[in-house]
Amino acid sequence: MKEFTWISKPYPRVDAEAKVTGRVRYADDLVLPGMLFCKLLRSHLPHARIRRIDTTRARSLPGVLAVLTGKDLPAHKFGILPTSQDQEALCVEKVRYVGDPVAAVAAIDEWTAEQAVRLIEVEYDPLPSYMTIEDALFKEGEPIHAQGNVHKEVSLEFGDVATGFEEADYIREDIFLYHGSAHLPLEEHAAVASYEPGDLLTVWSSTQVPHYLHRTLSKVLDLPMSRIRVIATPVGGGFGGKSDIFNHEIVVAALAMITGRPVKCTLTREEVFYTLRRHPTLMWVRTGVREDGTITAMHFRAILEGGAYGSYGVATTYYVGALQPITYKIPNYRFEGMRVFTNAPPGGPKRGHGTPQPRFALECHLDKIAEDLGMDPVELRRRNLVAPHTKTVNWLRITSCGLAECLKKVVEASRFHEKHRRLPRGRGVGLAVSGYLSGAGLPIYWNDLPHSQVHLQVDRSGSVTLSCGAIDIGQGSNSVLVYTVCEILGVSPEDVRLIVADTAITPIDLGSYSSRVTFMAGNAALQAAQRMRDLIAAAVAEKLGVPAESLIFQGRQVKVGGGEDRALSWREACEVAEARYGLLSATGTYTPPRLAGPYKGSGVGPSPAYSYSACVAEVQVDEETGVVSVEKIWIAHDIGRALNPLLVLGQVEGSVYMGLGEALMEDLSVRQGVIRVPSMLEYKSPTVKEMPEVEAFLIETVDPEGPFGAKECGQGPLLPVPPAIANAIYDAVRVRIDEVPITPEKVLKALERRRKGEEGRFGPGGFPAIRFKEPIRVAPPSPSSAGRVEPRP
Amino acid sequence: MLRLPPFQYVRPGTLHEAVGILASEGGKAVLMAGGTDLLPRMKHRVAALEVVVAIRALRELRGIWGDPRQGLVIGAASTLAEVCSHPAIRQGYEVLSLAAAQVATPQIRNMGTIGGNLCLDTRCSYYDMPYTWRKAMGFCLKKNGDTCLVAPGSTRCWAVSSSDLAPVLMALDGRVRLVGPRGERVVPVEELYRDDGIRYLNKEPAEILTEVLLPPLDGWKAAYWKVRRRGSFDFPVLSLAVAVRQDEGGHIADARLILGAVRSSPLRVREAEEALRGEKLEPGIMEVVCELASRAARPVENTDFTVLWRKRMVKVFLRRALGTFA
Repeated sequence: MKEFTWISKPYPRVDAEAKVTGRVRYADDLVLPGMLFCKLLRSHLPHARIRRIDTTRARSLPGVLAVLTGKDLPAHKFGILPTSQDQEALCVEKVRYVGDPVAAVAAIDEWTAEQAVRLIEVEYDPLPSYMTIEDALFKEGEPIHAQGNVHKEVSLEFGDVATGFEEADYIREDIFLYHGSAHLPLEEHAAVASYEPGDLLTVWSSTQVPHYLHRTLSKVLDLPMSRIRVIATPVGGGFGGKSDIFNHEIVVAALAMITGRPVKCTLTREEVFYTLRRHPTLMWVRTGVREDGTITAMHFRAILEGGAYGSYGVATTYYVGALQPITYKIPNYRFEGMRVFTNAPPGGPKRGHGTPQPRFALECHLDKIAEDLGMDPVELRRRNLVAPHTKTVNWLRITSCGLAECLKKVVEASRFHEKHRRLPRGRGVGLAVSGYLSGAGLPIYWNDLPHSQVHLQVDRSGSVTLSCGAIDIGQGSNSVLVYTVCEILGVSPEDVRLIVADTAITPIDLGSYSSRVTFMAGNAALQAAQRMRDLIAAAVAEKLGVPAESLIFQGRQVKVGGGEDRALSWREACEVAEARYGLLSATGTYTPPRLAGPYKGSGVGPSPAYSYSACVAEVQVDEETGVVSVEKIWIAHDIGRALNPLLVLGQVEGSVYMGLGEALMEDLSVRQGVIRVPSMLEYKSPTVKEMPEVEAFLIETVDPEGPFGAKECGQGPLLPVPPAIANAIYDAVRVRIDEVPITPEKVLKALERRRKGEEGRFGPGGFPAIRFKEPIRVAPPSPSSAGRVEPRP
Repeated sequence: MLRLPPFQYVRPGTLHEAVGILASEGGKAVLMAGGTDLLPRMKHRVAALEVVVAIRALRELRGIWGDPRQGLVIGAASTLAEVCSHPAIRQGYEVLSLAAAQVATPQIRNMGTIGGNLCLDTRCSYYDMPYTWRKAMGFCLKKNGDTCLVAPGSTRCWAVSSSDLAPVLMALDGRVRLVGPRGERVVPVEELYRDDGIRYLNKEPAEILTEVLLPPLDGWKAAYWKVRRRGSFDFPVLSLAVAVRQDEGGHIADARLILGAVRSSPLRVREAEEALRGEKLEPGIMEVVCELASRAARPVENTDFTVLWRKRMVKVFLRRALGTFA
């Protein structure tokens, strides 16, 4: 294997020093001359018609420069998906959840803005509210949106499920509930807007999706995209929570246009809780297996509690059903999913986007099937694992797949077989596996354009200017871009000037979501760097009279290979090339291959490559209190290739941390129409002190399509953590908690039921009796394409 | 981001001056030592005060003297970190040092004080919340409203006493010195509290808690157990402070048993103490005592965890706490 210089090495992130010394300037750190401060008035009712808004008193408060309501804005709705254009920057006719913005103030300071907000008078006509899935489906009254309370319904059947169940020797059904949770980034959302003569609007925002924000601002403000510049500031944690378009981003832009002064809005922690959350999801799953554990059919149903607006919900609904077949061969598969509107903050993507919920259900369900069959849960999974370079029943193309290796690694490292069903009572181990996308195969708005682009410019000084629209949200994409270019051009990070996420000067990248940046922007950077190297090599080869292929770019030199010791310094090489060609410029582009299957809804699920994870958790359960302590986590992740093992391990451990919180304590439930605890202290999330020891293993399968063979690591490793913990709890005390978070109360309740001779379980009792529409029936890929797919040479 | 409202900050040079400011400002002024509880409440707009009187640096409130044979005096502005690490406390009154170590986080213990922890405002999941939330939920008795959201029929406030040190200091038979415009007085810690979520302290508004006084140990042994979601920083949803004095035969000569976080003041369970006297710590008597304590604890649904679980945990953790003396 080729020895790398910058790739596969645990170098610190390129922005490490700035971050740890507090020098990174986040959106809230920006201060512009004459800047005003914006506060939003948010609805205190879950569902109501707005009868009248009186802003007179607010306007007359000294220090207030503008008060804005929805009627002052162009009447355009927006939404992140073209199919769900259902949001207004400020509500005009109706409010749909506690926290829905109805008016905004720009004032000389935050305190004045806050006082003015309290002086805005709004008269509401309250409407019946829908707080649960059952409310949304069955309660009478005016629905939340004109289309009714069912936002999206999906019904797909791949293969023939009825026949599959007939072939089964054993069939099991289970019901699971996954509660909602918050993203909890340390940095609260913030945006600053400035409007200059000549219709030049600049918006700085802590966003994961500057390109989509750019498009949306253009639409809702009636300004051409060429007049708008969006700069994504370094994001202090996103996890999906900054991947939507938010009201305050539009409001500050509008206020800057009205007042002619820069305007800033920084959300409070309370407001952050009212932005987006993980969808609470109720699931029913039925699986048929043969005696030997081979899956013959699976039927999966889910209802997502979607909150007040669409957000990414249509995609989320599909995701809940899409990725079950990427880990296991399921020859016949039916998915029915529904997303309903409720009067709560919108459900949106959070790390794993719609897949941790079904993964929890699936892995607990399989653990029960293994138990019922008297089978080793490792063996049950092994029998059903997908093979590399195959296609799933729902037409997803699998390239590299290191799941079997991941499974082997964690089973051995944790000594699973010595412990499972053998530890003293109160102690147990549990297993789960998962897979995730390395970037969505399709963009969120329909087009044939590249998903990521990189531009490189080099001049006689030897500096390399790398620009890309991708925003680093802490996952380390800046470092990946820089190290990739350094590897190819043989330069050092200090030679590279990085410009990212500025729509005026960087080429478009779709955004930091769906674990796409390393894969897609990485590939674009790789291509741009290779083209730049070719350009410089051609000039140097001509000058030295050697073949271009013989040149080696390494250690800031361009060397003649083959035993010769002639070399130009990098700077000399750049001079030679600039003299030969003029300004040195190269671009790189990445567009995923066309992967969608031949059916409606096939756009969600395809990815150029899938990452895989396996996890074993060891827990201790206190049977008197129901308290679960996770003693250790073993996790193996198929990363393709770790471009930077330090950053990859950080993502794996961070995912374990987030999974642990969702498994044991995080609960963004709603009480009396309001998010129960919109406070960092009372919304319980683990701290570093609650983290168990994590032993992580990186499995490298070198994917044929990833940059240097890399795949994703930012989201996938979260998925197996909650079910591994739930399965470990069963091993420890023989109760099934089919609902996360697994709180002490639930464990005690299940133990109590077990002692009384009832089923030792805590979880949802039923699944609403709804008839899903007739499924779209899809034939599985033909045997030729379903068989082995040859890797690209 | 939550920001502080505007307020006037005064820093008196002496205790006498501080008392004078409190007396003249009336209800508009509030004392601040570490500020770790007050400032977040001001940010949540539940504490709306015009004058903040900073007493952290007052000489009269600083210092820790004494030992387990003579007793101990702890200045009220001693930080929780100082209480954790002071040799006389660690060696002589270890339970106090361990309880202080369980308050919040290291950063907060570096600022928060023993006096502040004793005067900690009562807490409630309907009160310690930001403004929009409280407006949506309806304002409560304790702030801006006229009903209790936990017990809607109630005329009183059920906010929870959440001090970790109050139960421990009661178990150690501690007293506090209060200095006010009309002179000073020393009262048992127990008498500092009232079972009322709004007026939870038996203290004149202009009185300042200056010192905590602990008697000699005299054979007492004590334990403190704190129940909460996260060991790293949560307030208690239940706490138990138990102190016993046993004779050579292991019989209990005397006992003190206090439950924290089950009502608006620390709850001393005298009937359980009485039941322990003269007994050896054997399973039978422990069950009796646990039953008595469990019956006395009547938490309401206003902290983390469900009320049923909190009530059930009284027995579980009291058995564990008593077990440490058996």
